[in-house]
Amino acid sequence: MSAAENFPCFSIVLCMAAGILSTPMKGKQAKWVTLSVVTLVSLLSAGTLLHVLSTGSSFVYTMGKYPAPWGNEIRAGVLEALLATVFSLVMLFSLMGGMDHLFRNIDERKINLYFILADLLLSSLLAIIYTNDLFTGYVFVEINTIAACGMIMIRGSGRSLLAAARYMVMSLIGSGLFLIGLAMLYDITGHLLMENAHEAMERLVQADAYSVPLLVIISFITVGLAIKSGLYPFHSWMPDAYGHSTISSSSILSSLVSKSYIILLIKIFYRVIGFENIVDSKIVNVLFVFGLVGMVMGSVSAIMAKDVYKMIAYSSIAQIGYVYMGIGLGTEAGMVAAIFHILTHAITKSLLFLSAKGLIDASGRKRAFAALQGSAFRNPLAGAAFLTGSLSMVGIPMLAGFISKLLFAMAALGAGPGKVLVTLVVLAVSTILNAVYFLHTVVRMYTPVGAPEGCRGIHLHPSAGTACALLCLILLNFVMGLMSQPVTDLIQFGIGMFA
Amino acid sequence: MSRIRNDYENSLWCRLTRWVNGETDPFAGKMEMEPLRETDLVGDSVYNPDRLNREKVEQYVEDMRRNKEMRAFRILYNLASVGLCLLLIAVLLLTVSWLPVLGDPEGPNNNEVSARYVEKGMEEFGAVNMVTNMILCYRGFDTFGETCVLFIAATCVIVLLQKDEKEIENARETDWKYEPKPDAILQKITLVLTPIIFLYGFYIILNGHLSPGGGFSGGAVIGAGLILYVTTFGFHKTQRFFNEKTYEVVKVGALSLYSVTMIYYFYTSANAIKSMIPLGTPGDILSGGMILPINLFVGLEVACTMYAFFALFRRGGM
Repeated sequence: MSAAENFPCFSIVLCMAAGILSTPMKGKQAKWVTLSVVTLVSLLSAGTLLHVLSTGSSFVYTMGKYPAPWGNEIRAGVLEALLATVFSLVMLFSLMGGMDHLFRNIDERKINLYFILADLLLSSLLAIIYTNDLFTGYVFVEINTIAACGMIMIRGSGRSLLAAARYMVMSLIGSGLFLIGLAMLYDITGHLLMENAHEAMERLVQADAYSVPLLVIISFITVGLAIKSGLYPFHSWMPDAYGHSTISSSSILSSLVSKSYIILLIKIFYRVIGFENIVDSKIVNVLFVFGLVGMVMGSVSAIMAKDVYKMIAYSSIAQIGYVYMGIGLGTEAGMVAAIFHILTHAITKSLLFLSAKGLIDASGRKRAFAALQGSAFRNPLAGAAFLTGSLSMVGIPMLAGFISKLLFAMAALGAGPGKVLVTLVVLAVSTILNAVYFLHTVVRMYTPVGAPEGCRGIHLHPSAGTACALLCLILLNFVMGLMSQPVTDLIQFGIGMFA
Repeated sequence: MSRIRNDYENSLWCRLTRWVNGETDPFAGKMEMEPLRETDLVGDSVYNPDRLNREKVEQYVEDMRRNKEMRAFRILYNLASVGLCLLLIAVLLLTVSWLPVLGDPEGPNNNEVSARYVEKGMEEFGAVNMVTNMILCYRGFDTFGETCVLFIAATCVIVLLQKDEKEIENARETDWKYEPKPDAILQKITLVLTPIIFLYGFYIILNGHLSPGGGFSGGAVIGAGLILYVTTFGFHKTQRFFNEKTYEVVKVGALSLYSVTMIYYFYTSANAIKSMIPLGTPGDILSGGMILPINLFVGLEVACTMYAFFALFRRGGM
């Protein structure tokens, strides 16, 4: 066994150990521990990716003495390693970019607790990505939910507590449905390990046994995870949670936490139930419809939003809609587009949140649109970053967002006859709506006259960490936009490995 | 040409969207409010506090007799919730009737997995209690995750509820009124009971691999003993042997040793290196390899978490 195969397990346990050891530390020490652990984890994940690419096949790592179906296992293929690398990088940049705000916003005695939450959140993200076992998935979904809840409420202001309570209620309903689904799945297959459950599932489908429970299981698991990831009518926790928590939390929550549930859902679709069975069950059509509604309604709400954070939050709802629309197409091309969009959205949304923070800081910490006028001149780097992020979200060529829109459109052409036209039309409408609210903000930022009273002439130079995070995220956006072919190939290769 | 509406904010569609977005109750706040007059304001402060008395305004708005639409909405909402729950119950009951019969020897979950746990568990991990073999060894990663769930839950409660020592001292005066008066009978009985409870908790933990029980249940017993002591004798006496420092040392110590054990176990078994932990003779108190220490770590963490929950909810600190 090559040494690189230990990396996924090491990175998960390393994050947990870092969280545990941060308990007695001061905020500053915990910060350095966390930053170095997250950096190390991104290196380890990149190492795993290289290893998997060089061997050309996925590997299974038994977490204990005995293999499946008796013991726990994790599994790493190209897709898992790629997601882990991007997620840990985005986590690193989000923490770096929001660090000043973090130390300013959070009670001094509680800063180390924030880093505990961040460490455990990363460990749960990695475990959800790598898991080869349904119940391990559930355990780490729990850690993920509680950590995310803590990250929302740690700011301690009234609105963030309300948002955390809402998030908790919504998220627990989702977890409950997911757990009921898993319990019934175990009951009819007798396995929790994904491969064995999949084999049992194939036998059941061939024998046409337990078709009613199977349908209920598929719908419970899908609906539960969709609620947790904030699909359109279940998104009411998002605007407050993103708008009122500290900026690193907003960035991590919108770009990573809600995505991890979608990834778990995709894994269950492919590796447990079988994608053909999912398509046969018509649940994808439900996801498709809600995805389309979310794409339009999220954008409409974003246009009506009164402050820039809320606008970005509603935009996230629209982007989650895109991802579910891609899954709902029910083809492999749609799935590739959805996963590509998960990556795009992760790097772009964190960029938008961090740069919006820079712009607001340069406008006397007022977040209404009127106050932001001319802010791009007061904080040029944040302005450029917001411009890049907006253009990417709208779908301007050379940026990552363009590629995901292109992939969605091409996937739509290959989908069933009922879905082609409606997807293309809604995609076009949603793109125009995106352009309306993002470009409206960009134009306002770059309108030089009339700096708001009291902050005329403030020129803000972002700290080294923030600047570095923003530049790296801009760079990542261009890399994903200009060299999209290798990334899509990797995703396709990774989905092939799932089967 | 489309018509421009001046009262868009009041349209049904706008209220519905705002409700779905979680911004507001669709029928609340539908009352005419007198706009603030300039004479009402002196500087930034409100001159006439009665006019902006939030509670009063809310009471007025929430008054069902005045707000017919809101009453209809609430009734509809409650009916819809009940209907949804009934639907969910019906679906679940229907599904359960389709599931395999519980305990059926031919059923799908009576397969090679449980057979191996029962037949070979003792031989492979050395504990007589096969449930412990299963949760701590075969599926040790899940249990490690569950212990981390407790850890992070305690962290979140600290984030939410922890107060300064000063705040706690200030709150003490008023708080004391609600405490039960020191009660001689209670104190005597607690003095007798607490050591027995602790002993019993440690017995459950240390015999986790031999008899039913283990870290989670034993830890809960110890935690209950601590809570009994603190409710009888108060926090000052408890702090002599269990304060925030002890809590941190015990918790961090137990969890970090647990993670070291787990990473050693994962690393050696995945790389086929021979583990240095002896299994011992099944049935002895010192047997079961790593099960005994892990039970101890889990037990300490559970006891700490239970006490921390109680203390944080009770007074906002340990």
